[in-house]
Amino acid sequence: MSFLTYLLSGVSLGSIYALIALGYTMVYGISRMLNFAHGDVIMIGAFTLWTAASPSFFPGNPGLPTAVSILISILVCTLLGVLIEKIAYKPLRNASSLAVLITAIGVSYFLQNIALLIFGSDAKAFNSVVSFPGLEIGGMKISAETIVTITVGVLIMVGLSLFIKFSKQGKAMLAVSEDKGAAQLMGINVNSTISLTFAIGSALAAVAGILYCSVFPQVSPYTGAMPGIKAFVAAVFGGIGSIPGAMVGGILLGIIENLSKAYISTEMVDAIVFAVLILVLLVKPTGIMGKKMTEKV
Amino acid sequence: MPMLTIENLEVYYGMIRAIKGISFSVEEGEVIALIGANGAGKTTILHTITGLISPRSGKIDFEGHDLVKTPAHKIVSLGMAHVPEGRRIFPSLTVYENLKLGAYTRKDKAGIEETLKQVYRHFPRLEERKNQVAGTLSGGEQQMLAMGRALMSNPRIILMDEPSMGLSPLYVTEIFSIIKEISKEGKTVLLVEQNAKKALEIANRAYVLETGTISMEGKASEFMQNDLVRKAYLGE
Repeated sequence: MSFLTYLLSGVSLGSIYALIALGYTMVYGISRMLNFAHGDVIMIGAFTLWTAASPSFFPGNPGLPTAVSILISILVCTLLGVLIEKIAYKPLRNASSLAVLITAIGVSYFLQNIALLIFGSDAKAFNSVVSFPGLEIGGMKISAETIVTITVGVLIMVGLSLFIKFSKQGKAMLAVSEDKGAAQLMGINVNSTISLTFAIGSALAAVAGILYCSVFPQVSPYTGAMPGIKAFVAAVFGGIGSIPGAMVGGILLGIIENLSKAYISTEMVDAIVFAVLILVLLVKPTGIMGKKMTEKV
Repeated sequence: MPMLTIENLEVYYGMIRAIKGISFSVEEGEVIALIGANGAGKTTILHTITGLISPRSGKIDFEGHDLVKTPAHKIVSLGMAHVPEGRRIFPSLTVYENLKLGAYTRKDKAGIEETLKQVYRHFPRLEERKNQVAGTLSGGEQQMLAMGRALMSNPRIILMDEPSMGLSPLYVTEIFSIIKEISKEGKTVLLVEQNAKKALEIANRAYVLETGTISMEGKASEFMQNDLVRKAYLGE
């Protein structure tokens, strides 16, 4: 395998991290909280698709077409994200950030254990949603998953950027993340704007979960934990709260991970990724694109 | 009937009774000044009117709408805008984007364009800097932006909280003359100020607030002659 192949599959993995990191960073931007349950929404998304598409799990389900299953998965995650915010986080909006953080970890364990109860602890084989063959350009093999992941990732990131820059709701999201009180004075409904943010973040998590499990073809209740935490690293790497930062951070992290896997050591990959986090926090605590924060006294 | 009536308003911060049962009213077309020292409760009153704080008891009636029961984000479309203390513009958005957010609840595109032109007429500086990021404006320009943003909702009443705070004397004079212009266009103004002299110069009536209660009320012109007010608030 050539360097270019490694790089390309790094960008592909990075696109998945970027999609997840966007959820982290948007939610952080708007409600100043780290939603550590976000990784587990990925897992729920993957399990939903697996359940919908496979004929064996629910008796009587002949196995729905892939496109329908993907839609169901996105829908379930969107609803789940909004529900998590309404039930777990909204009552804590004026609470200390530590209380919110602990709640988020609680929600994360809750989702994992729900999945454990329903599906059991052993990993299920996940059929890739991509059903066409890969490409071969000049002796370089590119898998179909790589192509699909990069395409979907880029489309979503461009779409999201346009939505935030040009739509009224996007502007409202920016306003709420800058100043909730002033946003209300403009007539912006803060609650529904926060709900919308969770909905978008969770829908992206569903897409990311489906893509992730198509590349690494299995799903278990713990599937979301590692990509979730790595995407968090990506979000911090890019500058938490910054949307372009999450995209750049995610893609860079994917490249770093894949190149270290190829040239350094497969076992050391995770250590290297987290070493990157420590390094970023030491050198530039606000991340690549993060704004300088001034502590208000 | 007054446009805005506040009756026996009581506001608490935890155990602390910040507003101790005040009543006042604003007639359509008036400029009302609410003056008083730091910590008297001026900002708290404005925040309670526009729903950012909930009162413990009392009534706030705006043209027949019970504002105590109206959520904050629904108040602006009733025709009431609030220029908050410390301006609170959206610093990372451009001047133009800030102004557009001021018209967030409006759907009449042509009307919004018309209001934008009016705002630029009041504040030519904002038009010159429309593509500049708002956080990089000077204090006086940010105050203009906060006022322009409030005007974008085309309100019938506009609440202004310390518009002169932290500004150079030149800007203070400019800001007050613009408030006067806005009032001449038929908008009602409720003005909270520590700069009592400037506020009384443009106001019809005034209320003096002292630690959560109204200690004096009357015509602004009479206040200027009142020895007590001159000593306590005009620094004479």
